[in-house]
Amino acid sequence: MSAKIYTFTMPKWGLSMKEGKVAGWLAEEDAPVEVGAELVEVETEKINGAVEATATGVLRRQVAAAGDVLPVGGLLAVIAPADVSDADIDAFVNEFQANFVPPTDDEEAAGSATQTVDVSGYAIRYLQHGDGDDVAVLIHGFGGDLDGWLFNHEALAAQCTVYALDLPGHGGSTKDVGDGSLGTMAGVVNDFLAMLDVPKAHLVGHSMGGAVALELARQQVDRVQSLTLIASAGLGTEIDGEYIDGFVGADRRKELKPHLQKLFADPKLVTRQLIDDLLKYKRLDGVKNSLRTIADTFCPGGTQSSVLRDTLSELSIPVSVIWGGRDQILPAAHAEGLPSNVQTHVFPDAGHMVYMEAAADVNRTILSFWG
Amino acid sequence: MARKITYQQAINEALDQEMQRDSTVIVMGEDVVGGAGTDGEMDAWGGVLGVTKGLYAKHGNRIMDTPITESAFIGAAVGAATCGLRPVAELMFVDFMGVCFDQIFNQAAKFRYMFGGRAETPVVIRCMIGAGFRAAAQHSQCLYPVFTHIPGLKCVVPTTPYDVKGLLIEAIRDNDPVMFFEHKLLYTLEGEVPEEPYTIPFGEAEVVREGDDVTIVTLGRMVHMATEAADALSKDGVACEVIDLRTTSPLDEDTVLESVENTGRLVVVDEASPRCNMATDIAALAAERAFDSLKAPIKQVTPPHVPVPFSDDLEDLYIPNADQIAAAVREVVS
Repeated sequence: MSAKIYTFTMPKWGLSMKEGKVAGWLAEEDAPVEVGAELVEVETEKINGAVEATATGVLRRQVAAAGDVLPVGGLLAVIAPADVSDADIDAFVNEFQANFVPPTDDEEAAGSATQTVDVSGYAIRYLQHGDGDDVAVLIHGFGGDLDGWLFNHEALAAQCTVYALDLPGHGGSTKDVGDGSLGTMAGVVNDFLAMLDVPKAHLVGHSMGGAVALELARQQVDRVQSLTLIASAGLGTEIDGEYIDGFVGADRRKELKPHLQKLFADPKLVTRQLIDDLLKYKRLDGVKNSLRTIADTFCPGGTQSSVLRDTLSELSIPVSVIWGGRDQILPAAHAEGLPSNVQTHVFPDAGHMVYMEAAADVNRTILSFWG
Repeated sequence: MARKITYQQAINEALDQEMQRDSTVIVMGEDVVGGAGTDGEMDAWGGVLGVTKGLYAKHGNRIMDTPITESAFIGAAVGAATCGLRPVAELMFVDFMGVCFDQIFNQAAKFRYMFGGRAETPVVIRCMIGAGFRAAAQHSQCLYPVFTHIPGLKCVVPTTPYDVKGLLIEAIRDNDPVMFFEHKLLYTLEGEVPEEPYTIPFGEAEVVREGDDVTIVTLGRMVHMATEAADALSKDGVACEVIDLRTTSPLDEDTVLESVENTGRLVVVDEASPRCNMATDIAALAAERAFDSLKAPIKQVTPPHVPVPFSDDLEDLYIPNADQIAAAVREVVS
């Protein structure tokens, strides 16, 4: 069988994804495709997104049709050069389907289990992907957690060992946030790296997580190989304080939904499951107080308390700033007028959750920034 | 972190965590310590089906067996609640509630109102409901509509392990009397439940499944029947929205009405006897407030108006099932 025939399979987005539904094809059969081209729209319980080609060639066979539900790893399509015969493609598909076994719960748990470690008295949950020599740490924003990197984590692991962690007060980590300051959270990330015996790491932070990364670089620049700040806090005083208050205060689905819709350029991306997951987190004892403590130090009165813009020009490390042009939480204008040592990328059609809404672009930008 | 436990374990965990958090929380009821057929309290089996097993060992005398006199211990629980404790009284089967109606209807439910808001009665009364247990007419009823009728009582009918834990903790922290109805056939149901304590607010229905063709409003064990029916119907291209009321008082009218306004069709499923139950209540709500949206008559799926039969075959016929629900949906979409 030709080694030039490539499978194109159902991706795994996040810890809980077991299957996905083909919403529709974005590329015709027999169309030439390149690595990174969006080929198909997939819907999951949590989120909808486009899957990119993992090989360059011709989209020889759409094995799954719109409406089909496939397990993770199931065959969506076959990519191969035009000169491979149809018979070879048939044989390849048949062999794949005959041998394909959907992952069982046990395998899944073993393959992508989160771990929880004690970091200077804080129980911190994290998830590791990849095993490259370089290390990267993904730091989510206010109210987020490590599962938010579902479209990025594996893609970035192509180049690095990538850790995503839950900050104190978030996800599966402790609800104890100490004084809730950026300094405390930066300290936790620093101690996390020390605990893993990682001398230096690429930091990728979103929103408040960006300010945490920036604060860590300010305190201990020798710990930081590079900084990627995505729709980052800490680059100006403006923030949508109404969002922060609304997010913290909302106890019910109807109250929470309009706030979450502000996070995306396309409000339809806020699925029922996404709201449910957040409500489940917010309803845990202690979470509301943790969030309030953080919000009170991070943006008291609806204004960011810590602007670290000046720090950027003093940093001797590479810095990349990524923003969604339609961000309603932190203005994309904060990406303007930054020192010349900073690379800036604004994706005009994405909102605050630019790393989800324009995942492929953001992944490519980060990978090429890391070099 | 969430892991899979049963509905019954989720109830036990909620009681355990609240007793740990708040020393005014006590548990009382028939055999909640020792349990039938055991030698005594140190042999704790934890209630007729073992729901409170292990709590005595952890919390000692804050969990107490009572005589078989519902009128006395429910009255005691209500009185203790007005004096600063947060009792969780277990009355085993809702069917036995009749002997203590005065304590619940005329005392607990009225104190806040008759004492000008100066008295609070933070009592939770847990009991089992539902048919299918081969326990005949006096141990199988779904009497939550009777309590929903009384202003001053909050009524909770949880469906899943996740919901039962969050709603029970909410019930214990609530400052009003809460009636908590557990379907005995759900006790072994497994589901993901966070280890940490959490609460689910009352009066927020759960949309278990979204769909644009027909709204199925239901609660308790019938949610699982409705979901089974919806699965079958989806293969025929009929998309059902399934709404689990979760609490009957307070009632989330908005979620029901918004859904009916979208689908234009309503099937209500209730395991309670058909007269003056939640099905008639929801049907009346939709008829009064969403009439202009309705494209078909409202259908109710309920048992017949008879006591739950003793014969296995008749009991199986008595309980509404997925086929009946699917048939009702087909009628309204045809």
